[in-house]
Amino acid sequence: MTRRRRLLALCVASLSCVLSVRVHGQVTSQRLTAATSEPQNWLTYSGDYQSHRFSLLDQITPANVKNLKLQWVYQSPVAGNWQTTPLVVDGMMYITQRPNDVIALDAVTGRAFWIYRYTPNPNRIVCCGANNRGVAILGDTLFMGTLDANLIAIDAKSGRQLWKTEVATTESGYSITHAPLVIKDKVIVGVGGGEYGIRGFIAAYNVDTGKEAWRFYTIPGPGEKGHETWEACTPKSDASCDPEAWKHGGGSIWMTGSYDPQLNLTYWGVGNVGPDYAGAQRPGDNLYTASVVALDADKGTLRWHYQFTPHDVYDYDSVQVPVLVDNWGRTGINALVWANRNGNYYALDRATGKFLLGRPFVKVNWMSEFDERGRPIQTPQPPGQPTYPGNQGGTNWYSPSFSPRTNLFYVSAWEDYASLYGPSPVEYKEGRNFTGGGPRPYAPVPGAPGLARAPINTWTEAAGHGAVIALDVATGEQKWKFNMTDVTDSGILTTASHLLFTGGREGYFQALDARTGTLLWKTNLGSAINSGPMSYRVGNRQYVATVSGLSLFVFALEE
Amino acid sequence: MQKMIDLAVLVVVVATAGSMAVAAQQAAQLHDSQYPDVDIAHGASLYTARCSVCHGAQGDGIGGVNLRSGKYRNAITDRDLAGFIRAGSQAAGMPPFALDDADMAGIIAYLRNMNSFDAATVKTGNVARGRAVFEGKGACTKCHRVGRLGSHVAPNLTDIGSVRSAGSLQRSLLEPTSQMMPINRPVRLVTKDGTVINGRRLNEDTYSIQVMDDRERLHSLRKDDVREFTIMKTSPMPSYKDALTSEELSDLLGYLLSLKGL
Repeated sequence: MTRRRRLLALCVASLSCVLSVRVHGQVTSQRLTAATSEPQNWLTYSGDYQSHRFSLLDQITPANVKNLKLQWVYQSPVAGNWQTTPLVVDGMMYITQRPNDVIALDAVTGRAFWIYRYTPNPNRIVCCGANNRGVAILGDTLFMGTLDANLIAIDAKSGRQLWKTEVATTESGYSITHAPLVIKDKVIVGVGGGEYGIRGFIAAYNVDTGKEAWRFYTIPGPGEKGHETWEACTPKSDASCDPEAWKHGGGSIWMTGSYDPQLNLTYWGVGNVGPDYAGAQRPGDNLYTASVVALDADKGTLRWHYQFTPHDVYDYDSVQVPVLVDNWGRTGINALVWANRNGNYYALDRATGKFLLGRPFVKVNWMSEFDERGRPIQTPQPPGQPTYPGNQGGTNWYSPSFSPRTNLFYVSAWEDYASLYGPSPVEYKEGRNFTGGGPRPYAPVPGAPGLARAPINTWTEAAGHGAVIALDVATGEQKWKFNMTDVTDSGILTTASHLLFTGGREGYFQALDARTGTLLWKTNLGSAINSGPMSYRVGNRQYVATVSGLSLFVFALEE
Repeated sequence: MQKMIDLAVLVVVVATAGSMAVAAQQAAQLHDSQYPDVDIAHGASLYTARCSVCHGAQGDGIGGVNLRSGKYRNAITDRDLAGFIRAGSQAAGMPPFALDDADMAGIIAYLRNMNSFDAATVKTGNVARGRAVFEGKGACTKCHRVGRLGSHVAPNLTDIGSVRSAGSLQRSLLEPTSQMMPINRPVRLVTKDGTVINGRRLNEDTYSIQVMDDRERLHSLRKDDVREFTIMKTSPMPSYKDALTSEELSDLLGYLLSLKGL
């Protein structure tokens, strides 16, 4: 072969390589950062780093949404509450199903290309079901956290495992249920297990090797800033006071964080303290539980934190998805806004953590007001009296949405809902339940069956109801409300054409006018919707996808 | 030091619990299907600590699973139940629980008796006499139904002994409104064409309502078609406080507790 021919061959080879890469849609870090510039795709759990769960696609409109038709259904063979949000990359859809399967589908037809099956350690300890909420992607690699606290990299073309890293010890109660977040050359996950006395952390791993790059403990150890909020036991302390409470102080991570590329900060919500209810065992504020932490994305160092519920005794996890809003209220401040499980809507300066606003979006009686630094003045209710919001919260992990078009923040809420709390001391035993008592529903019929709902809503109006609440992002003022009869665990999607999609326990998938809350379209999918809807486009067609029960439903307008 | 004292106390408690567990097992063997109160009480506290986070305080926190029934598809015998609890269920998302023998005896005793745990504080009488009251003097079948006997207007009681505690049933007889489930609140609906429907809700969602009317007819109505919708919070059931003697009341309660389904 002549030198010229060799060059030509090399050129052809490299060209085909480049073409191949483009056809298969290599997801670069730049594409993740600029995700909103390719609205046909859904590249991260919440759609973009700002976690707006907002789509710029506008083919489906308030005028034509009534013409939506079911395009295809994927039925999972695995029973149980299904909470995944699909990713879509250039016509390929990636979903997870229980316990830790990943499936690559044709986003137009629903036909599968491959399935990756992972069997978690049978000795795993996971609270509240074998949930997995999705994957992350970079290049041609997918990343999934597992119920037995491993992080796995999977070839997006073949479904073959590339590497597996043990993040934590599953037998001690650690797990991973949320979709990872990729930032530059690192994949970031946190650990669940807040009901088992874990010491929570967020950690970053090299995308190519799985090697740990940094780790931030959500429960600071001796000598670390914040450790002083795990106060020492004194002779006046309760007999149950544990001088080493921080060692099993909880602070789980079970929802995906957000990222500001300009500040290079990644924001994560931290779960409940351990034990959940027995506060006397752990005097102090118990940082960084029930908080948001802002971490340097390269080093994992803490830039700032804000604690929503100091010394939480209500299980008010602060794992909600952090939503980043630029030029908040036209103040020039780039904010982080948050509807918390504790019933308040917050705005914080996301560069400094400065408290800007706190305002209830549902009935709240565990606190009365905020001091000038944004610390809540707590008002514990007497024994036997209801605490609002109840144990499941004013909202919970359900993805909210922010529409830059309406400047409204949308949250799935539980209204008129309260719990009675009965703390009791609990001894820490590795891998054992470590809640320290338990709440019970504040309901008018003692001795009757409990609060299980759907498909028969036996508690109706007596034990609260669900709602979509639209808040002015700058003031927290309620702009409109869409009431449901049953409660809702559904996330919310908004679109550029002023549509809002959401579900609920009743099994309806409904489209509202994002400006007014007016119902525009609904269909009964037959089972509770427990995840967040998302939207994508293939060719010239916009699709909307949601999970209901054991099935993924995909809708589009009739052609 | 505080920790050491706690540890010493714990050792004594564990040793005591161990000997109690042995005694309990012997008693259980002597009395087939009977569970010592001490085991039930022990199991109740274990349940609160270990199980209620998922299964709920009332045992119905997971859809399709009602622990209060005491009967389980995958665990007919106590040995089955112990095996299931130790292994967990990957399909159902239940983790394995490594309980020791004493704890396992307790949790099984409680699970098998969950529905009647407070029965010790309630006087229950003769089932056959109670049935006679139910079908005769009490005129309960005028509204309620057991098996194939009675009306559909009020809630069906065929398995009420599995779903309601003894204490709750007793209070239902004396103060019906205090125990009325929200779904059973009487409703009055007027449709846009003027039809009036009085009855009891079977289900309700944002857009529709399902009703058993006072003539035993089932209705499913779109809320769009309803002009008036009134929910009353007082039970239409009379109190039996003065209508029945205390013996009749306890017999009736005994009968209701015996209703475990067909």
